[in-house]
Amino acid sequence: MNSLIRWNRPDIAAWPGFGRLTDLRDEIGRLFESPLTELARTSQLLSGWTPALDLYEDKDNFVVKAELPGMKREDIEVSLHEGGISISGERKSEEKHADAEVYRTERFFGRFQRTVMLPTPVAGDKVKAAYKDGVLTVTLPKTEEAKPKQIEVNVN
Amino acid sequence: MNATVQQEVRPAADRASRQDYLLPDVNIFETKDGYVLEAEMPGVGKEGLEITLEGNEITILGHRHPEEVAGELLFRERRLADYRRVFDLDPAIDAAKVSAKMDQGVLTLMLPKSEQVKPRKIAVD
Repeated sequence: MNSLIRWNRPDIAAWPGFGRLTDLRDEIGRLFESPLTELARTSQLLSGWTPALDLYEDKDNFVVKAELPGMKREDIEVSLHEGGISISGERKSEEKHADAEVYRTERFFGRFQRTVMLPTPVAGDKVKAAYKDGVLTVTLPKTEEAKPKQIEVNVN
Repeated sequence: MNATVQQEVRPAADRASRQDYLLPDVNIFETKDGYVLEAEMPGVGKEGLEITLEGNEITILGHRHPEEVAGELLFRERRLADYRRVFDLDPAIDAAKVSAKMDQGVLTLMLPKSEQVKPRKIAVD
């Protein structure tokens, strides 16, 4: 996976959240503003489902939280690669309403993939993921080298 | 469309008085036995749900459990507001038999029709 944009710390802004109607505008905005998302993600415009995610950083960890309501644990894939983390999966439509009359279909079923670039390396063997109430939380500890260090300098 | 669960209630006064809620995405189906409503509310557990039936209106309210993440936010797309959505109910629905379940942030409401309105076959002797 290649990112075409150099990583810069982005300005944090809350999305206004008018739902689906703003998705296209957000996508376009993100292309220009956000170095964290992969350009290839524009293909999600066609396929439909772009789960929202947040990225936090503290001195030891990065934490990614993604909204994936109604998934099965085994259908969520988390993979690490150089420079980032990918979350992908598939939400399968249930067949139980085959003979039903449909009034609203706002939920999306199908595949999704999100990629987040991380500014420093993480310890791949210590990554943990938890899925609760439809929210996936991935905790990625930084490598020792990547943690901020304090160097004591003796002043004579 | 006749008066069914798919009709949404959004009176102006209600909108003015409400806080900043997210509208959950829903799927609604009708079968011969009743309606099924699925609403996506990631971040809401069973204990955060409030479902109120009043007259022919059903209100779904989902309170998120508070998230504690120490650290600096680098990138935000999620909105951490609570969820709320109101629907008109088909009078054919038997309010006493409405049931709900919550699984990984998806609420499923079963809204069965009362026995009198279900289609039935009549045997001819």
